[in-house]
Amino acid sequence: MGEKAKGFFVTGDPLIYGADVSIIITLLGILIFLTYFKKWGWLWREWLTTVDHKKIGIMYLVSSLLMLFRGGVDALLMRMQLAMPNTHFLQSQHYNEIFTTHGTIMILFMAMPFMFALFNIVIPLQIGARDVAYPFLNAMSFWLFFFGALLFNLSFVIGGSPDAGWLSYPPLSELAGSPGPGQNFYIWGIQISGIGSLATGINFLVTILKMRAPGMKLMQMPLFTWSVLSSCITIIFAFPVLTVTLALLFVDRFFGAHIFTATGGGNPMMYVNLIWMWGHPEVYIVVLPAFGIYSEIVSTFSKKKIFGYKSMVFSMMIISVLGYFTWVHHFFTMGAGADVNTFFAITTMAIGIPTGVKIFNWLFTMFRGRITMTQPMLWTLAFIPCFLVGGATGVMLAAAPADYQYHNSYFLIAHFHQTLIGGVVFGYLAGLYYWWPKMFGFKLNDRIGKWAFWTWNIGFYVCFMPQYALGFMGMTRRVYTYGWDMGWAPYNMVSTVGAFLMGIGFVFQVWQILYSIKHGERDLTGDPWNGRTLEWSILSPAPHYNFAHLPAVKSDDAWWDMKNHRYGAAVQDNIKEYTPIHMPKNSGIPFLMSACWFVAGFGLTFEWIWMGVAGLAGVGICLLARSFQRNTDYYIPVDEIKRTEASLGRVV
Amino acid sequence: MSKRFSSGRLWRVAVLAAGLLVFLSGCDRRYLIFNPSGPVAEKELHLIILSAVLCAVVVIPVLGLLIFIIYRYRDKPGNKAPYTPEWNDSKILEFVWWGVPIIIIGILGVYTAKTTYSLVRPPVEDVKPITIQVTSLDWKWLFQYPDQKIATVNYVEIPAGVPVQFHLTSDQMMNSFWVPELGGQEYTMPGMAMRLWLQADQPGTYYGSGANFTGKGFAHMKFKVVAKPQARFNHWAKQVKKTAPVLTEAKYQQLVQKGLAEKQTYSSYPEKLFLDTIDRNGGKYMKPGMKHGGHDMSMMDNDNE
Repeated sequence: MGEKAKGFFVTGDPLIYGADVSIIITLLGILIFLTYFKKWGWLWREWLTTVDHKKIGIMYLVSSLLMLFRGGVDALLMRMQLAMPNTHFLQSQHYNEIFTTHGTIMILFMAMPFMFALFNIVIPLQIGARDVAYPFLNAMSFWLFFFGALLFNLSFVIGGSPDAGWLSYPPLSELAGSPGPGQNFYIWGIQISGIGSLATGINFLVTILKMRAPGMKLMQMPLFTWSVLSSCITIIFAFPVLTVTLALLFVDRFFGAHIFTATGGGNPMMYVNLIWMWGHPEVYIVVLPAFGIYSEIVSTFSKKKIFGYKSMVFSMMIISVLGYFTWVHHFFTMGAGADVNTFFAITTMAIGIPTGVKIFNWLFTMFRGRITMTQPMLWTLAFIPCFLVGGATGVMLAAAPADYQYHNSYFLIAHFHQTLIGGVVFGYLAGLYYWWPKMFGFKLNDRIGKWAFWTWNIGFYVCFMPQYALGFMGMTRRVYTYGWDMGWAPYNMVSTVGAFLMGIGFVFQVWQILYSIKHGERDLTGDPWNGRTLEWSILSPAPHYNFAHLPAVKSDDAWWDMKNHRYGAAVQDNIKEYTPIHMPKNSGIPFLMSACWFVAGFGLTFEWIWMGVAGLAGVGICLLARSFQRNTDYYIPVDEIKRTEASLGRVV
Repeated sequence: MSKRFSSGRLWRVAVLAAGLLVFLSGCDRRYLIFNPSGPVAEKELHLIILSAVLCAVVVIPVLGLLIFIIYRYRDKPGNKAPYTPEWNDSKILEFVWWGVPIIIIGILGVYTAKTTYSLVRPPVEDVKPITIQVTSLDWKWLFQYPDQKIATVNYVEIPAGVPVQFHLTSDQMMNSFWVPELGGQEYTMPGMAMRLWLQADQPGTYYGSGANFTGKGFAHMKFKVVAKPQARFNHWAKQVKKTAPVLTEAKYQQLVQKGLAEKQTYSSYPEKLFLDTIDRNGGKYMKPGMKHGGHDMSMMDNDNE
């Protein structure tokens, strides 16, 4: 116990002390701000207890951008260490911690919440609904994610970060390989936020299936909605696997079981299989919604209907199913045998087919259209070549015997960054620029945005193209240093320069947001891009209840159809009498219950059983309290709707 | 005019790509994977090139098409290109872009399967192969030569022109054994013996490293593979037998401790060391099939998958 207390605060590294100081200053700053401006009540009523999907979306967005910053700083630290051979900037241990947290944060605490931000902000508006199917659960999901991420991030100042790689293969992640609390932070941070992810998957599946505006058939749904549907189906099947896997790992570590340790009759290969049964579908979970975003944007800014709608839907559904049959390609080199390797090589190549088809459909949406180069469109156009090359290197990796040469090399690193940045990040950023006016009522500045776009993009290629070459030169991932003898130095230097360019791109974006809050072009119409789907039929930002009247949908591209083909009828719909709107009440329980989960996770991380039990008891009490709550909903009276609509500038 | 623009661009890209490939494949020794020094690496390189070419067949025209479309259909006043806002379906086009990738994947799939199966057999059938047992430790490599009964640490000598079957295991963390110029890698896992065929055609010194992260000293887990003509290899083995110290059980326990190590050479090792390592790490719980015949070494040579 004494030794544990000694290791409680991470000591000995000036970088960490710097972080300690800045964390304390930031926290103090926030506390003083809230107290001085008497904002505590506002924070509680408007944000901490909200069940409004739009506000939850914004909280997801802010968290994910913060996590992008942290994961990005991790990346830059790694690139600084690797810029030159034999650098002593980071010690091996510190480097190992940083690449572990970089990967975990970027996938689970950056990509996932960024994606959920867009789900939350867009989906109810796009299908003409007033909230998600389970608003309380939605708030629960966010706070579970938030406290899970908090727990994970705490590890670098308290207890020490995990250092066994972002997927933590045993035996390295077992007690013998990683004795400290770092690995427990990893397990509990992911477990707690993972419950939230699973709940979000269920929530949006039900929302899309049950809450669509009257008349909207499945095959009339916008493609972003389809992509979210396919992503949610994948979440529902994949995340339980992750939860079980990490639970078993914890059983190994906490109770001394041998599920994944060969020495006691277990098998680490079992873990590797299980984690990738979640891990591979996971990359499709994050990329499918990006495909949906591109589809919306390409169609809007080509002023043309999306090409091959059915083909698009079909290919996304194939991807979400086929995504379950490719996991072994992450360990072709584990000696599963020629039969198994051949099977998974071919399924992996096959998944490239529907993905490729989507690219052709986007191209032919633009073909004979009229393309305007707005910011969302720029990111979409940058995505196509980037993802095309990333996909091609993916097919190359799928050829199992070729993979024996690429596995764990920088070729692999370059490949997955190209698909995850070029596919996922570019997609979410495109979506961010596209739906920003809908969230906040103003556009993001164009000029600064173009600077951000070009530094990001040039930076990307400068950073990752040399890494393909490094892979061919035999450089393996996760080495904290290398010598002059291999000729890797110049390529690494170039790669580091590229990483910093991308960092500058991010700084431009932060500046762009701050600048646009003051000077951004206001969106008074609610339809700044001449959009095609229902979210553009209401004003920006959307009122609390979204739609004063639920829209009546008659075709695909519902809003386009209303604007251009049946304007009179749509206006008729809108001048009907208002009726009171049924809405869910705010609740503090999601926040409190997730905080209890945090306490439980923290206790179990340090194996302080009393604290774990207390936290779990708190969770139980919150569940009980919720089940006795009867008064959970209310009606917005007609007067208030009239007032709101009038104040938003809509003529009643 | 725009047509010429796009096809010109296309040609430039193609020439550039071809030039790059030539540059990569021959001129520069640093590109280990483009300098195969044995039949295994050669087969893998052929597959790499085939897959790259097949991908390029799709990627390059699509990039050209993308540039053409962006240029031709940009929203500028006076753009005379056709505009068909409602056109959203074409059975023929859909057929083409579902069909062509299926054919390409079909071709690549066949070659992938062939290569995958061929790599589990010895690279050449008419030369008697030798066996070398590899154990990854934290953070060093131990090589045992069951035919010569000698052992080395952090370097391995092999006869050139002779297929080598590496039996791979680990006495701690899971690593991966990779010698890029001779061929692709295979994991070393506790409690199992994996098998990997490699062969060096010419005498030479080749770079090898661990490829799967094992903690603090992982970056330093590099080793040299020294290929010599058979006669000189035999001579070297004899010298070692005569002059080098003995790898005792106690000495092995020192090697197992976490830490780095210099190159070492031993004239003998505890007889059952490799099998004991496997058993101690969980091999005793594995079915013989799972251990890949770890106990019965005679099985290993004729029972390849």
